[in-house]
Order: sequence, then C-alpha cells, then structure tokens
Amino acid sequence: MILDILVIIAMLSGLLFFVATTVGIIRFPDFYSRVHAAGKGDTLATTLFLGGTILYLLRDFSGETLLTAAKLLLIVFYIFIASPTATHAIIDAGYEFRVPYWTRSKKDNGTEGDEKKMDNGFYPEDLKG
Amino acid sequence: MPAIFTFFVMLLFWTALSGKLDGFHLGMGIVSSSLVAWLSHDLLFEGHTKKPGATLVEIACFLRYLVWLFGQIVLANFHIAGLALSLHPKKKLDPHIIKFRTSLKTDFARFVLANSITLTPGTVSVRIEDDIFYVHAVTRRSSADLAGPGPGEMERWVAWVFEDGSR
Repeated sequence: MILDILVIIAMLSGLLFFVATTVGIIRFPDFYSRVHAAGKGDTLATTLFLGGTILYLLRDFSGETLLTAAKLLLIVFYIFIASPTATHAIIDAGYEFRVPYWTRSKKDNGTEGDEKKMDNGFYPEDLKG
Repeated sequence: MPAIFTFFVMLLFWTALSGKLDGFHLGMGIVSSSLVAWLSHDLLFEGHTKKPGATLVEIACFLRYLVWLFGQIVLANFHIAGLALSLHPKKKLDPHIIKFRTSLKTDFARFVLANSITLTPGTVSVRIEDDIFYVHAVTRRSSADLAGPGPGEMERWVAWVFEDGSR
C-alpha cells in the first residue's frame, strides 16, 4: 500500500517534470535556453519514472524481477551519462555555428533572433575585437 | 592485465543483460567478451595509474559525490520548471556565457565536472578549450558559484574525488 503510493508519487512528479520541460522548450526565447530545459528536465523525470517502475516491479520479489530492476537501473545510469553529454554536443554545435541568441540588456541590442555582433563576450571573438 | 579486467567487466555486463546461465549463452558471452577485450583493452582503463586500493577509495568518494549531485539535479529541475511555468519567463531570464579557468588536471575529472555543470541549476557547459571552461547560464544567480574567484564548490568536490583536493 505504501509502496503503491510511492510509485504513484514518483510517476506523477516525473510526469510533471516532463510537462515543465516541454513547456520550457516552447516558451524559452532562444536556442541556448531551450537546450537548458531539454537537458535538465529529462534526467530527473526519467529517473523518477524508471524508479517508480523499479519499485512497482519489486512488489512481487523474485530473481526475475530483481534482474529486470537491475537492467532498469543500468538504463538510469546510462541516461545520467548520455543526457548531459548529448546536451553538451548540441549546445557546442550551436555555439560553433553562431546560432543567434537572446539577451536581456538593451545596451547589447538584444532582441529575439538578432545576429548582430555584441560586445558582451558571448562568442570568443567578441572579446578580441 | 587491463585486457583481463576488461574481459571480466564485459562478462559481468553480458550476464546481467542476458540473465541466462546455461552453457550456450555463457559461451557466447565468453566469446564476445574476449573479442571486445582483445579489440579495446586499452580504452576502459586507459591512463589509470592508481593502485586497486586507491581506486576503491576513489569509487567510494565518487558515490558520495553522486549523492550531493543528485540533490543539485533536483534543485536544477525545480529551477527550470519554475522558470518554464512562470507567467513571464523572459523577465526572469538573463542568458550569458561565463568563462573560468579550471585547476583540474586529468581529462576524466574535467569530463565529470563538465557533465555535472550541465546537470546543476541553470548552467550548461559549452566547451573546454585548454584550461578554460565555457559555460552558458540562464540567470546571473546560477553562474555565481562558477564565476567567483578560485574554484567553485563543485570543482572542489570533483578535485576531492579524483585529485586528492580538499572539499
């Protein structure tokens, strides 16, 4: 009974974080902040989801369910390594190709999708000259 | 010697994934594990010079670090969910890039630091050039720890795990 409640809590909060991630991807102003939402949300959300699944499996405890739980744990471990690495690869590629960015201060002439060179050191050559 | 260690790690992985302990499946596992160990024995333990005892201590420290990191990941998710679901996300955002010089020496420690930066509130590591980390942060507050003078809290943790630094 308590285990059931734990499973439901884990699944629901995982779902909530997934929703927040999706909303973030849609609402954030530029490529870089969207990557933030995508890269962080899914790590914890997937962990909660799979954690809930592991708990649900272990309700009837046997060698077989234990093995399945171990495999799910391996997936969680994999996601912990792969998700930040993929996030880094995407944002690095965007940085390399000078994807337009959104900035806050008026001084920097920051409007949405403005590709004008700005003197706030966003890209390395901004600092050099 | 690294090839033998690689072989046993691969065989353990195979057994966990297949879950079958009869001769046929184990035999297949032994064949493919030795093939992988033969082809890539210099990858898994590459550049690892510590003694086995020191390695165990390092793994224990790393697990302790993971506990702290998981707390940071939960904070990061609440942070990003709060931003995404707020009424005017653009008013709270202030994206910028910060650079800082790291004191970490080994590639693996830098890799762990870069991935940890990505998982913690409001920061994503963009690239590492020589000793310089480029980090994208969504708010000024989230970059405060990294941009401060000297190594930040997370860098001290990573140095504590891999390079005998103090926490």
